[in-house]
Amino acid sequence: MSSRDRSVTSPPWPVAVPAGLALLFLGLPILALLVKAPWDRMWSVLTSETSLQALRLSLETASAATAVAFVVGVPLAWVLARAEFPGRRLARALVTVPLVLPPVVGGIALLLAFGRRGLVGQYLDSCCGITLPFTTPGVVVAEAFVAMPFLVITVEGALRGLDTKLEDAAATLGATRLAVFRRVTLPLILPSLAAGAVLAFARALGEFGATITFAGNLPGVTQTLPLAVYVGLEGDPSEAVALSLVLLAVSVIVLVALRDRWLRTGAAS
Amino acid sequence: MRHPLPVALTLPVALTLSVLALTACAGGGSAAGTAPTVSSTRIGGSDPAVGPFTVFAASSLKEAFTTLGSQFEAVHPGARVTFDFGASSTLATQIVQGAPADVFASASTTTMATVVDAGVMPQRYNMATNTLEIATPVTPTVAVAGLADLAKPGVKVAVCQRDVPCGAATATLFAANKLTVTPVSQEVDVKSVLSKVVLGEVDAGVVYVTDVKAAKGTVVGVPIPTAQNVSTTYQIASTTGQHAGVAGEFVDYVLSPAGQQVLAAAGFAGP
Repeated sequence: MSSRDRSVTSPPWPVAVPAGLALLFLGLPILALLVKAPWDRMWSVLTSETSLQALRLSLETASAATAVAFVVGVPLAWVLARAEFPGRRLARALVTVPLVLPPVVGGIALLLAFGRRGLVGQYLDSCCGITLPFTTPGVVVAEAFVAMPFLVITVEGALRGLDTKLEDAAATLGATRLAVFRRVTLPLILPSLAAGAVLAFARALGEFGATITFAGNLPGVTQTLPLAVYVGLEGDPSEAVALSLVLLAVSVIVLVALRDRWLRTGAAS
Repeated sequence: MRHPLPVALTLPVALTLSVLALTACAGGGSAAGTAPTVSSTRIGGSDPAVGPFTVFAASSLKEAFTTLGSQFEAVHPGARVTFDFGASSTLATQIVQGAPADVFASASTTTMATVVDAGVMPQRYNMATNTLEIATPVTPTVAVAGLADLAKPGVKVAVCQRDVPCGAATATLFAANKLTVTPVSQEVDVKSVLSKVVLGEVDAGVVYVTDVKAAKGTVVGVPIPTAQNVSTTYQIASTTGQHAGVAGEFVDYVLSPAGQQVLAAAGFAGP
């Protein structure tokens, strides 16, 4: 912490004013959410069957989606950062597509690929009786589709920024490739792995468009918290605000919890 | 080595939440604040139906109202209509929260009541009625021949969620026929139900008669006998706000014989 260098200057007003506006723009809606929340019925809304079901489903699916993204996304990040192969640039572009694609479009694309009549989905159905739409695994697929790029990009960036001298030195000293990866590379990119996982989890938790398009909306099966918020807005808007606060709280908890852990690893190194 | 994680992380989360907050808290009942100005005092003009106005309409009205809109613009040069189609209940919430709708066409009387009771629109008129129909894929996976088949295990059914008029009508339909149907999805509006059927992802969807007609052969309709069917009444209303003149003219046009003919052609029954 002592290394933190503070050369504090008061910002000139052409910077301060738009900066202040930006802060206000980001903060005000959250303040509105807190002000307009139905605090008197908060407990009854939050402990209702729908809310608890949606919260549980959201946490489960977002965790599963993050796990999926981690297991296949980290190797992909390594390949993109380190391996030389034809079409690597195309592969990188492909990874970034879900980042910029509107999630609803992602949902339609997933339906056309993994739906019951989809390119791959029809064979999944006929060979193994697996249908993803309208199921909880379908929610995980939709969330992993939109969340994985966050993890891949973060980890790939870290791998690229890594000083290869350390790895080279370890290799020169006789370490096997696997040992180099485990003992040198992995510890160096650990903060980025955590960062990527948190980003992916947060993105998965907030996923709406791809989920409702690909997995539909059924309480307890595919109705995650964002879907419950949207549907709640049609029936009981104040319930939707209360549920929004749950999402806000979960986001803040995730941020705070992992930020602390991340800072500690930063301080240790 | 410091990573810019917290900022990068906070931004998407905050943005997501701001959007939710904006949706939930937009406006805050500004409709009463806008005084009726220009159009209501326009006496000298021969045609009060000029200028832009916005129509919020139930998604089941999409095809009929798109036709009505272009006809209205042809009859009243200078009028410019913008449509927002969606679930009636969503639209009603938006209007009560201050969304700038000059005309609202709802797929149920209860949904319209929320807008009228909030004092946003004074007068509502019965516009049409609609009944339900089962939509099935063109190449079915499981044969669905009637209402009873919807309750069979293994039949994937999509319905509207219960707060949307088509969902309320569907719930009434199932209750009236003592059917216990476990849908695979409760969609946010009737067109979402229809698209799941068109894509063949479900074996059946409960939609309106008019939706099957509007789908133009991309789904196969299985009619529900009148004795078992339920009907919903569509209502229309307009504001007293800035565009009251042209909005009122549009409502009159929808209720006129010419307007009713377009609705009838789309499969709606008279009010």
